[in-house]
Amino acid sequence: MEQTVLEVKNLTVSFHTEKGVILPVNGVTLTVPAGKIVGVVGESGCGKSMTARAIMGLVKYPGKVTGGKIFLCGKEITQLPEKERRRLRGSEISMIFQEPMTSLNPVVKVGKQVDEAVRLHTPCTRAEAKQKTLNMFREVEIPEPEARYNCYPHQLSGGLRQRVMIAMAMICRPRLLIADEPTTALDVTVEAQILKLLEKLRDAGTSVLLISHNLGVIARTCDEVSVMYAGRIVEHGETAALFEKPLHPYTRGLLRSVASLRAGGETLQTIPGVVPNLLHLPKGCSFSLRCEKCGADCEEKVPELRQIAPGHFARCFLAEKEGKE
Amino acid sequence: MKHTLLQRLIQAVIVLTGVALLTFVMLRIVPGNPIETMMGEHANVETIQRMTAEMGLDQPLHVQFFKYVASAFRGDFGTSYSLGKPVKQLLNSAFANTLTLALFAALFAWIVGIGCGIFSALRKNHLSDRLFMGFSLLGISLPVFMAAMLLQYVFAFRLHWVPISGVDSWKGFILPAIALGWNSAGQVAQMTRTSLLETMQEEYIDTARAKGRGPAGVVVLHALRNAMLPVMTMMTIQLSGLLSGAVITETVFSINGVGRLMVQAISGRDIPLLQGTSLLATAVVIIGSLLADCLYAVLDPRIRKEG
Repeated sequence: MEQTVLEVKNLTVSFHTEKGVILPVNGVTLTVPAGKIVGVVGESGCGKSMTARAIMGLVKYPGKVTGGKIFLCGKEITQLPEKERRRLRGSEISMIFQEPMTSLNPVVKVGKQVDEAVRLHTPCTRAEAKQKTLNMFREVEIPEPEARYNCYPHQLSGGLRQRVMIAMAMICRPRLLIADEPTTALDVTVEAQILKLLEKLRDAGTSVLLISHNLGVIARTCDEVSVMYAGRIVEHGETAALFEKPLHPYTRGLLRSVASLRAGGETLQTIPGVVPNLLHLPKGCSFSLRCEKCGADCEEKVPELRQIAPGHFARCFLAEKEGKE
Repeated sequence: MKHTLLQRLIQAVIVLTGVALLTFVMLRIVPGNPIETMMGEHANVETIQRMTAEMGLDQPLHVQFFKYVASAFRGDFGTSYSLGKPVKQLLNSAFANTLTLALFAALFAWIVGIGCGIFSALRKNHLSDRLFMGFSLLGISLPVFMAAMLLQYVFAFRLHWVPISGVDSWKGFILPAIALGWNSAGQVAQMTRTSLLETMQEEYIDTARAKGRGPAGVVVLHALRNAMLPVMTMMTIQLSGLLSGAVITETVFSINGVGRLMVQAISGRDIPLLQGTSLLATAVVIIGSLLADCLYAVLDPRIRKEG
């Protein structure tokens, strides 16, 4: 098995709007090693979902992938014609979405929707597809699979629907599963079950790119984390290292703004300011406007993503200093 | 499902009886005596009285109504005052024409409307989209008689492709069907386009693409069935509208249909005929909406009830 399932290099997605070109994804570099769950965390609008769509090849008009390369198991897929790209979707890379309520077709039985994914990629009869679907339903722990097979989406709970989505995504044994906020619409107990399921899938050999704004979800599930801000990766490292010793001021801000259950009733900390408008990004570091330690360099130049400690990268001029503190 | 259907059938009977009662009462309380209208100004009082008694119009209202309902159940809707023929027979022949016209018009409206709608949605903001939408807007805003005369002028008078009026052969139905259906086609096209564009933004469309469906499969298998739900409702309502008689089209093309019969009945104060035509129109609308409900339940599992 290859060491790296997904490698994204300098990926750029641009949108031509009336007011100018914006780059929701601005030179993103990501790696998903085999058998790992890699998290992408950031505020809404930071470009994490757009990154996922770009990897799938599903960026909607007027958005366009305008730069960078995506490698799947070492093979470049960015230049592939749409037909070949389509063949990869659902078989080599699949994706599940945030809202299990709306991501299933309301007028088609859920079993049939999963069958469709099988039949699109493997030549088989209806009966064989159904058998495969039922097996997959068992694997993702859907109770009474035969009965659920004939249900319509509205007859299932949110958790069950997300399990159906996962079954659909996993049925062709893809190398990579992209989960875009898979638990955001679910309540916490169901969230825990779904995350456990993702871990089970990882242990069975599928790598997962988990996108979330929820630090708790990321900390609990991911092996590695990338932090995204205004279209760029600002920090990347192994989960434990990153949470223990965050190097980028944005990551520190995020971690500080997590509500804790400790007694004392202290005021919840927030990051001052708002996410900059992608049309008017600051000239230097995109976080400079909100950074308490912003220096002269930060306002002038865009920092590179540099390795500060082994396996721990940060896009900040002051990262070394922070690392020592 | 069966339960709902039964409920709707009972409702249908109640509505039909209600309409019968309403038209019955209204036709009798409006001022003016139908016999006088029928006999003309010079009829003497005795003759009018004799005729009134003969037709049972001197009896109390409730007696008249129950007599009417009782004979209606036996299939007898009385005899037309002005045409002297049984209403049932008149309705039968008129409805055959109306039905043919309505079906032709609906077929035109649906095929052209849905086709244009889908095409426009898929090629949003392209030249063809603008053209199709302009064409459908024209259909919606152009009065039927204008469209009818325009078509007559071009295709019958100038090009001689089809007869200018009358329905002696199926060719006679072409122009009236287009004139009548153009409006519906425009509405269907606009709605199909909007609905399809909206549906294409749904997340399950992304899901379908994410599992590797190609663009055609996504539209046909996932978007269209959902997008057609509101269009379907509109189409059944349109169909019942078309079936209950197209007064203007039938007049312009001299087709003996229900709409023309109704106009005749009104101007001649022909009570049995007017009752007959309005009952028929009501029945058609009720059946149409019943059909729409059934169709909706077939297409959309969310509104199917258990049991």
